[in-house]
Amino acid sequence: MKIIVCVKQVPSSNEVRLDPVRKTIIRDSSEAVINPFDVTAAEAAVQIREKLGGTVTALSMGIPASERLLRDEIARGADNAVLLTDRAFAGADTLATSYTLSKAIEDLGGADLILCGKMATDGDTAQIGPELASWLNLPCVTDVSALLEVTEKQIICRRNTDAGAETVNVSLPAVLTIVKNLTTPRLPSIEGIRRSLKADLKILDAKGLGADPARIGLDGSPTQVIRTFPQQEKGEAVPFEKSEAASEVKKLWEEL
Amino acid sequence: MGLIIDKNTCVLCGGCVASCPNGALEITDEIILDEEKCILCGACADSCPVGAISIEKEKKEAQEAGGGIWIAVQQSEGKPLPVALELLGKGRELADTLGCRLTAICPGKSSSFARELIEAGADAVLFLLSDRIGDTDDNAYAHALVPLIRERRPEIVLFGATILGRSAAPAIAAKLGTGLTADCTALSIEPDSRLLAQTRPALGGNLMATIVCPDSRPQMATVRPGIFPCPEPDPARTGTVETILPEGLPKGLITILSQENKSDASGIADADILLVAGRGIGSSKNLKKVFRLAELMKAEVGVSRPLIDMGWAEYPHQVGQTGATVAPKLLISLGVSGAIQHLAGIGGAQTVVAVNTDADAPIMRHADYVVKMDCVEFVEQLTELLQAK
Repeated sequence: MKIIVCVKQVPSSNEVRLDPVRKTIIRDSSEAVINPFDVTAAEAAVQIREKLGGTVTALSMGIPASERLLRDEIARGADNAVLLTDRAFAGADTLATSYTLSKAIEDLGGADLILCGKMATDGDTAQIGPELASWLNLPCVTDVSALLEVTEKQIICRRNTDAGAETVNVSLPAVLTIVKNLTTPRLPSIEGIRRSLKADLKILDAKGLGADPARIGLDGSPTQVIRTFPQQEKGEAVPFEKSEAASEVKKLWEEL
Repeated sequence: MGLIIDKNTCVLCGGCVASCPNGALEITDEIILDEEKCILCGACADSCPVGAISIEKEKKEAQEAGGGIWIAVQQSEGKPLPVALELLGKGRELADTLGCRLTAICPGKSSSFARELIEAGADAVLFLLSDRIGDTDDNAYAHALVPLIRERRPEIVLFGATILGRSAAPAIAAKLGTGLTADCTALSIEPDSRLLAQTRPALGGNLMATIVCPDSRPQMATVRPGIFPCPEPDPARTGTVETILPEGLPKGLITILSQENKSDASGIADADILLVAGRGIGSSKNLKKVFRLAELMKAEVGVSRPLIDMGWAEYPHQVGQTGATVAPKLLISLGVSGAIQHLAGIGGAQTVVAVNTDADAPIMRHADYVVKMDCVEFVEQLTELLQAK
């Protein structure tokens, strides 16, 4: 089975803090990590390959420094990795990003299965998986919490729904987005780290992808951030004395 | 095009350097941009106190759209989900500002609730009636909507940020080649441009970002449930009702084998009353006391991530950025310190009571009521009080 797993570099979120005076975000750029949801998706991909054979390719669009994180995915079991990097990709929203990823997947000759993390911890949009499936005209199953039966032709999986959960059978090729508790990612192995250091990463730019310049980066992004502002903190909180806290909270509860 | 730095205006304060997630900016005796690292995220432009940094984009003409505002209604067992009514209330306000029609569009198996939608604010109700569009079938839902949006060209389409909404809306947006803003918590019309200003939490809820879609149509957003109030039904309202039987829905690529309704745990996202336990709860035995209290209060129980890591609770109970986003009317936070990732998940709560021994814990600044005491003791006292009645 040929599996492509899409991964994104995100700031390691515990480094995000607010400048108390300027109210702007201060980020420590040294600590970039792979989006934890994507690490789970990559682990799921590697587990499928271990059962059925085939290849796992980690695919990312990002700055050149993302190479380090793609090598980390190889150390965790991916067979190879592709980095899409070009100044022209910068400023992409989810539409432009999903288009760019779809072009890369076409360039790689398609896949039997495409896995994405359900969402990234920096953007929180959860839009890349379904948008990518749309570009590729593939069925998409979001919020997958368990892979019950995987064959070359189809996957039976469990997914979260608004009503609760359901078990679905999806024909391949398809795009699945993976929730974080689907499985526990393994740590890189020594052998994996050795392999990852030697691995040849495929690096593609916009031209190499044959991407339509009007659909990538800033130009291909219909949405635009017009302002950002710190979330209003609540006003001064009302303190309850220890002795009366329980009865005060009971009152709040009764008022509902 | 791209990132423009006005070096004459720049005061070399360094705010942009600190704000850049990729370390692309550096200040020597002037400001230097490493283009290879820049992803045009705009963090530096926001951080600049003197407005010396901007991101310039080629201007395009806005696509034509005269079809008004659409609210995409989601059904559950033949009834509209509450978020649809919340959106109709908000949509009414936006439609009045723009002077356009408000349409409720309802893909699904039922067409029996038009009156409810009209009384909530819709001028028109449009049912896309098909047995093939099940309550959870995001693919069919998206397939039914795309041709109709192409044909009737709404200016704005809003979805609830439910699991279905957050799956179907992006599928639709990509087919239409338009923008989509996820999980908005505020909507308004920009006075000058008359664009839909879509505000959402960014970076784990630390920052709010307002997003517009200047030239692609429709402008699309998913909106977090429980944020806007449900409008009072107005029985005097009138509206038109139309039913379309969509054709050409794809069949067979995804088959539902079985469905189950929510277990207790997955109910935390739409619980009205939520108890959230953090590390301060001390032991898994104490956590059981929280569950007992929840039963008395008809509440659900969420936990912060450390408790999941310690194996005291299952993942569906996790509240926060990598768990569930919650929006209860009353949230009682028990021994949670309030890391940013946790706070990201509780921003929608109406009233927050924080119980913690540490008065300086971040959660205490995000609460309406604070109690400085041991949370286990608090749980025991409240349990006793409620059992006494």
